[in-house]
Amino acid sequence: MKYIDEYRDPKIAEALVRKLQRQVTRPWVLMEICGGQTHTLMRYGIDELIPRQIELVHGPGCPVCVTPLEVVDKAIEIAARPEVIFVSYGDMLRVPGSRSDLFRVKAEGGDVRIAYTPMDALKIARANPGRRVVFFAIGFETTAPANAMAVWQAKREGLANFSLLVSHVLVPPAIRMLLESPANRVQGFIAPGHVCTVMGYRQYEDLAARYRVPFVVGGFEPVDLLESISMLVAQLEEGRAEVENQYARAVSREGNAPAQRLIGDVFEEADRKWRGIGPIPRSGWRLRPEFDAWNAEKVFGIPEKDVPEPPECISALVLQGLKKPLDCPAFGAGCTPERPLGAPMVSGEGACAAYYRYKTHGAPGASA
Amino acid sequence: MSIFTCPLPLPARDRILLGHGSGGKLSAELMRDIFLPALSNPMLDRLDDQAVFAAGGVRLAMTTDSFVVKPLFFRGGDIGSLAVHGTVNDLAMGGATPLYLSAAFILEEGLAMDTLRRVTESLAQAAREAGVRVITGDTKVVEKGSGDGLFINTTGIGLVPERVELSADRAKPGDAVILSGSIGEHGIAILAEREGLEFETPVGSDSAALHTLVAEMLAAARGIRCLRDPTRGGVSSTLNEIARQSKVSIRIEERAITVRPEVQGACELLGLDPLYVANEGKLIAIVDPAQAEAVVSAMRRHPLGEGAGIIGSVGDGPPGLVTIRTALGTVRIVDMLSGDQLPRIC
Repeated sequence: MKYIDEYRDPKIAEALVRKLQRQVTRPWVLMEICGGQTHTLMRYGIDELIPRQIELVHGPGCPVCVTPLEVVDKAIEIAARPEVIFVSYGDMLRVPGSRSDLFRVKAEGGDVRIAYTPMDALKIARANPGRRVVFFAIGFETTAPANAMAVWQAKREGLANFSLLVSHVLVPPAIRMLLESPANRVQGFIAPGHVCTVMGYRQYEDLAARYRVPFVVGGFEPVDLLESISMLVAQLEEGRAEVENQYARAVSREGNAPAQRLIGDVFEEADRKWRGIGPIPRSGWRLRPEFDAWNAEKVFGIPEKDVPEPPECISALVLQGLKKPLDCPAFGAGCTPERPLGAPMVSGEGACAAYYRYKTHGAPGASA
Repeated sequence: MSIFTCPLPLPARDRILLGHGSGGKLSAELMRDIFLPALSNPMLDRLDDQAVFAAGGVRLAMTTDSFVVKPLFFRGGDIGSLAVHGTVNDLAMGGATPLYLSAAFILEEGLAMDTLRRVTESLAQAAREAGVRVITGDTKVVEKGSGDGLFINTTGIGLVPERVELSADRAKPGDAVILSGSIGEHGIAILAEREGLEFETPVGSDSAALHTLVAEMLAAARGIRCLRDPTRGGVSSTLNEIARQSKVSIRIEERAITVRPEVQGACELLGLDPLYVANEGKLIAIVDPAQAEAVVSAMRRHPLGEGAGIIGSVGDGPPGLVTIRTALGTVRIVDMLSGDQLPRIC
């Protein structure tokens, strides 16, 4: 398949690994931001392929994993109402809130449906004028244009029974937080390709300059990631800290201008709490006040609450790249994809789930 | 920086979730925690797709399956043909020649009569083509809202030739793992229909009755130890079951597994792994390595086995461990799915 096969080509991958072996002269710690990239690294065993001096740590770029407990609880509360059709991306359904998850709400009679795009939720709203349809609009910059378009259309059509429960988060503020942490070990970043498809990579140039760290915008196939790692190592070995674009077939410096305009029309910056990490100032988007009538938090008058996350697992350290999933005492024992203790075990894109699926086998703590 | 925390685990499961029907780990938990403790006996405990027993001097295979597919009609089949193929295949995986089926219909009040007629005609045609007869049946109607249009249960009985002993606990280190063709077509066809996804090249279900293919295989070689059709949960779940029940490890080669481009494309789009997507017209065979080539040749002469090939081998690694050598030459684990495969957000 075009655009897939050539990026999974073993010969090209092999050549890149040999190139890396020639490039590396000392240890480097690199972070891939996006959960989709973590998934590919684990699925293809790329961490085993590259020279041992290169350590990959896994970033907080799994939208499902970082959606805070409070928001999951709000979703559950809204979804349980009899008049509501609650529409969500599939992998949010298994995410535990403080007491339940959306699968259970469904099992207990709630009308919870999986959609691939918020536009499907709009269709459901048009087809069910007597019901209130809520779309769970989570994610990074990648999913924001579609969510913005849905609410923009709802407003234009005067579709009063549709609303969004928004919990959007942004990549650059999270990277800034990581870089400002005294415990930071990361020396170079694979920037998230899909996020940059929308936003471009101009906003990473400030980060690279200010913190003297290199960025390479990377794709999601094995060859993309090997090439990104090689480009990062080249920068590090040469003492450069620039933003380079490996994913040029999809990403430009300026990104998708119409999508950015739409996002600007619909969303505004807001402080957000990240599950496992905590509050990060101006790290997310919320609906602008002119969209209050389509804002599920306002429509349903769900009060703000602060749900403490008891310190049961080390997900925060994992999400910041300070620990590996296998370092966690609960990993594979108290915490499995069937009974997730921490958010990174829930989504297939979460670092813990990726390790569990591809690196361990059944028994607690067993690693392959 | 704030305190880093995680949620508490949810209390013990007290309700059935959809994932309990996915053929993955949750389904296995139901067997372990509810059904086997109450119903355990040596034949059931083997957890094969069919039970084989002697009666009146002949060896019979018996199996039952319920069909709850939504939508009722899809590209490449419908619930009627599926109800025949599924049960015929469960018999065939025991090496049985299918003889008779029962068909029980659970109908929801309000179902269009024409729908029932079309499904029944399709079921009848599939049975004719498979050479089985439906010799008993039942009909129940439930109130509107208590069913999803139409459910079908079929039970099948077949005759097992002497000396045919197929079971998921018979795989031995060194055995070859054979797959009969490309994977993922049924699951993607259903998903495309259900979600209204349109692809340039539409994917049709591979739903088919496999007993004639099995007959050719059994005629070609004695060394077939186990046959399984990788339905719910796909190839990965089936291999995990075999590895667990035989207490062996299994290694497969990514390059040896065929995924048609349109299925691959749909999986890429939806974030699904074809190894976990359902098939309804494919089988996996565990075969004595000395006879593997003979079995593959026999399969390739049959229209349903044209794409057959050796995809891996049984090993003496950790019991129950299934691994795959990726196209890049690295090795990773192929785990059983915990619940349904969920489409990813991005």
